[in-house]
Amino acid sequence: MSLDELLRALFGHSFTVDERADGVLLGEARLAPAQALTLIGVVNAMPLGVEGALTLAHRILAAVRSGQRQPILVLIDSGSQRMSRRDELLGLNEYLAHLAKCLMLADRCGFPTISLLYGGGAAGAFVATALATRALVALPGANPAVMDLPSISRVTKLALQVLQRIGASTPVFAPGLTNMQLTGAITEVWDPHADLPGELSALLRRMSELPEDARDRAGEQYGGRKLSARVAEAVRQQAGRRD
Amino acid sequence: MLELAPSWYEQSARERIEALLDSASFRELLGPEQRAISPHLQAFDLPPAFDDGMIVGSGRLEGRAVLIAAQEGRFMGGAIGEVHGAKLVGLLRAAAATPASVLILFDTGGVRLQEANAGEVAVAEIMRAVLIARAAGVAVIGLVGGRAGCFGGGALIAACCSRLIVSEQGRIGVTGPEVIESNKGVEEFDSADRALVWRTFGGKHRRLIGSADLFVEDDAASFRKASLRLIDQPPPFDLVATEAEHARLARRLARAGDARDAQQMWTRLRVPDASKVADMPTEEFIALVSGLPDVSHESR
Repeated sequence: MSLDELLRALFGHSFTVDERADGVLLGEARLAPAQALTLIGVVNAMPLGVEGALTLAHRILAAVRSGQRQPILVLIDSGSQRMSRRDELLGLNEYLAHLAKCLMLADRCGFPTISLLYGGGAAGAFVATALATRALVALPGANPAVMDLPSISRVTKLALQVLQRIGASTPVFAPGLTNMQLTGAITEVWDPHADLPGELSALLRRMSELPEDARDRAGEQYGGRKLSARVAEAVRQQAGRRD
Repeated sequence: MLELAPSWYEQSARERIEALLDSASFRELLGPEQRAISPHLQAFDLPPAFDDGMIVGSGRLEGRAVLIAAQEGRFMGGAIGEVHGAKLVGLLRAAAATPASVLILFDTGGVRLQEANAGEVAVAEIMRAVLIARAAGVAVIGLVGGRAGCFGGGALIAACCSRLIVSEQGRIGVTGPEVIESNKGVEEFDSADRALVWRTFGGKHRRLIGSADLFVEDDAASFRKASLRLIDQPPPFDLVATEAEHARLARRLARAGDARDAQQMWTRLRVPDASKVADMPTEEFIALVSGLPDVSHESR
């Protein structure tokens, strides 16, 4: 589903977006009957660098300052973080973490924050956008990845065929929506042919019931991360009994 | 003969904990005897570690109760897997519940690729847990000086800490030199050029651009002294601090965004004798840094 089809399906004609050449998207939309939303995103499979992260963060902070608590919808069809000497020189880790902080701050200030993954998303870009909102919704065509298998093969020195064989039986490391779902990271998958505005309205209505972070419990339930919740809870409890 | 302090860079995670905290004050949580090992490594015929490369526990620093987490860079490059990450999430959730400062001894290449999806989600869970603890007034202090550096998801977590301490040996970055080179070619980054690696990711550069709050010698006593200095009045996680961070990062980009190399950037940032920084001994470098604007700040 293209970005334009997605926006029209969700908002009809009630949206305006500015799509920059570097893939950064800024805009507004109105969900029938009268719910205004702030739109941001990383689109056209572009990587996320220092400028993009700063621009998105700026838009979020402006919304938080306004105090109107409009939902923030993050549209995602991105690459990974931008891989360049310059971005690392400038401290790309701080810019990406800053973007994630702004999304988590908006959430703490009562702004519903929802990521809508309709395409790709990987590594630092994925952590700073899709995993930094309270809810992460995906369309069936979405393809989240941490690192493509050829690169994993180069880094781990394991043959590609070996990785593909293991990937088929070990969801925890191969790319793809189903594997990411099993970890508990995906809140919902929407059927693009169904009533998308209805799905978004329903999700907005139940946002306040969504726990701030229960991805580990969901991962246990779906079976992709059987230990995360239990290990975290064991450490938390044992720490609680300290002197 | 002058007894040289052991190098932090060379020490194991457990040796660092022992050397950093008050003697015999460390109590490990979910220790090796509880066998919390990774369930995913068997598929790759890789041996597990009984602490999965992440040691967590409580202890004391000058008598003050602290929580501590240390990554073992020698086990799979300190890479973040499911169990490894969950131990740090649990420690941070404990810190938010009954507030106590947290020390995170980073030594990681980033997400453990054999457990990529679980590791990536764990990074986000750790970042969220750091920010929740900070919002509860907890100081979360990162110490960066290990062999594996602080890369990938580790660098995003480090940038969420209240304060960051780095040694010259420490390196911080999202994409490591080898991966930049393999994706963009040697002209973009020659990972064999050690001087370039350290100028781009190293402790001096990170301190000069304000990524790190303190620069220390490569030994536990220096990291300990620095931790004690930073443990009080941590910057909170709120709108004011986040807006101040935004302004700081925007200023850095505006002033040095066109620099092709660290030395050029240092000159843009008005660092005197930029060409001498790389070989400058620690004391002299610390003195140089203390006089620079935008290097010591509250905005993180």
